[in-house]
Amino acid sequence: MTLLRRIRITPTLYIIFLMLPIYWLLTMALKTNAEILGGFSLWPENPTLANFKTILTDASWYNGYINSTIYVVLNTVISLIVALPAAYAFSRYRFMGDKHLFFWLLSNRMAPPAVFVLPFFQLYSSIGLFDTHLAVALAHTLFNVPLAVWILEGFMSGVPKEIDETAQIDGYSFGSFFLRIFTPMIASGIGVAAFFCFMFSWVELLIARTLTSVDAKPIAAVMTRTVSASGLDWGVLAAAGVLTIVPGAIVIWFVRNHIAKGFALGRV
Amino acid sequence: MQKKLNQKAWFLVLPVFLLVAFSAIIPLMTVVNYSVQDSFGNNEFYWVGTEWFVEILNSERFHSALGRQLLFSGIILVIEIPLGIWIALRMPKKGWGASLCLVLMALPLLIPWNVVGTIWQIFARADIGLLGHTLASLGIDYNYTQSAFSAWFTVIIMDVWHWTSLVVLLCYAGLSSIPNAFYQAAKIDGASRWAVFRYIQFPKMKRVLMIAVLLRFMDSFMIYTEPFVVTGGGPGNATTFLSIDLVKMAIGQFDLGPAAAFSLVYFLIVLLMSWVFYTVMTASDAEANK
Repeated sequence: MTLLRRIRITPTLYIIFLMLPIYWLLTMALKTNAEILGGFSLWPENPTLANFKTILTDASWYNGYINSTIYVVLNTVISLIVALPAAYAFSRYRFMGDKHLFFWLLSNRMAPPAVFVLPFFQLYSSIGLFDTHLAVALAHTLFNVPLAVWILEGFMSGVPKEIDETAQIDGYSFGSFFLRIFTPMIASGIGVAAFFCFMFSWVELLIARTLTSVDAKPIAAVMTRTVSASGLDWGVLAAAGVLTIVPGAIVIWFVRNHIAKGFALGRV
Repeated sequence: MQKKLNQKAWFLVLPVFLLVAFSAIIPLMTVVNYSVQDSFGNNEFYWVGTEWFVEILNSERFHSALGRQLLFSGIILVIEIPLGIWIALRMPKKGWGASLCLVLMALPLLIPWNVVGTIWQIFARADIGLLGHTLASLGIDYNYTQSAFSAWFTVIIMDVWHWTSLVVLLCYAGLSSIPNAFYQAAKIDGASRWAVFRYIQFPKMKRVLMIAVLLRFMDSFMIYTEPFVVTGGGPGNATTFLSIDLVKMAIGQFDLGPAAAFSLVYFLIVLLMSWVFYTVMTASDAEANK
């Protein structure tokens, strides 16, 4: 028993280290501003939900969450639809320039977003997509499509090629084979890829903020503006922060059994 | 797996190619365009050749930002990779404990980056933050808005908090692919703890570790939002990393030419490094598949 405890002590300490700042954010969200600035206390004396109420009743706040959700979902759908056939091609065939193409795709995952801020702003302004959800969704494909291709290719390579050949002999056309046999077989890979597209689109701020002003403003940008405008409204800021963690936590819960393999991009 | 040669596969790749070309090549060409021209406003541009590149490569500002960036990425890798391996080795292997660990550890990865900044801004403040208050009451002079050392400490511990889990999850995935029979064999042979790590666990983790180093290097090299929210690049320029400097130049001062040259040099550095990593990675893959 003592041995068992000694083995687990490292992860426990690490998780406490991870949870402390989040706990602190949560207590801030449950305090009034007067209490936050009035004195130092480890937990809220009079817990209040007023900060959350401010956010959930004010359209300029909760629209931020709606906007973020719209472009994140849009981005995930677009990324997966184009990445599926491409990943299949990379996992099954050799073709002219395949290795160079694959590296070029990956290099976009490694492009610093700061490099693309200004040109994206000009590009999407000139084609009239500025301040739309579609603009942010398309811009985020820059790093999400390569990632989705990489993950899906890893999972697809794990499916034996004999399956393809058998289906062909059985008279399946390529389309119906792909949709009805192959896609269900890599369902967990698709889930993991969707998780990553969701994750990187959800956490990104620099590009999303630059491409929007009013109609498609993401929650992250709403937060930064409020800080500078109204001075330091710590309580509401913390409550907004807590609410941005919730969708991530829900998504993690759904993929918890695949998460480790997923982070290894399907290549363990 | 032996792959068939099939040029028609290009049709399957075409949508990705077009989409990424739209969102990567067009903007990149805009940058290239700016990097060789100067403007007096009114959309009138004239050719200046490599002037901006010479200016950037010789500027003190770029050198110091690059130096800080390399130092930051180096410190991050030195801390996060060994720590991540160690935690992964100590994690429960299966059952609800493992699931709980995975879910809790993955949580920081899904917090929007500016919220990560906000969390640490609140957490580290000396008046209202738990960390800041604790350090202050221990008599340590800690203030991340005034002292460069405190600012660096905050930014680094924040990144460790934010990203070590990625390394843990990758190593955990590598470890859980080791069949139990390996450990039993080691036990029968009376192998030491170190030998088990050196000859069984480490070789299995090598591949995912490569991915971890690659991702951690790239992402720490491009870091922008989190330190920007916490320190704003200060005090002075103490935590102004490459991305922060670039955005300051492009959006703040609107120096399009130098900013574009800066972008290209920056991108080329990242690209070169990732090419080296990628080549090493695929080479060791090919070796493993032999």
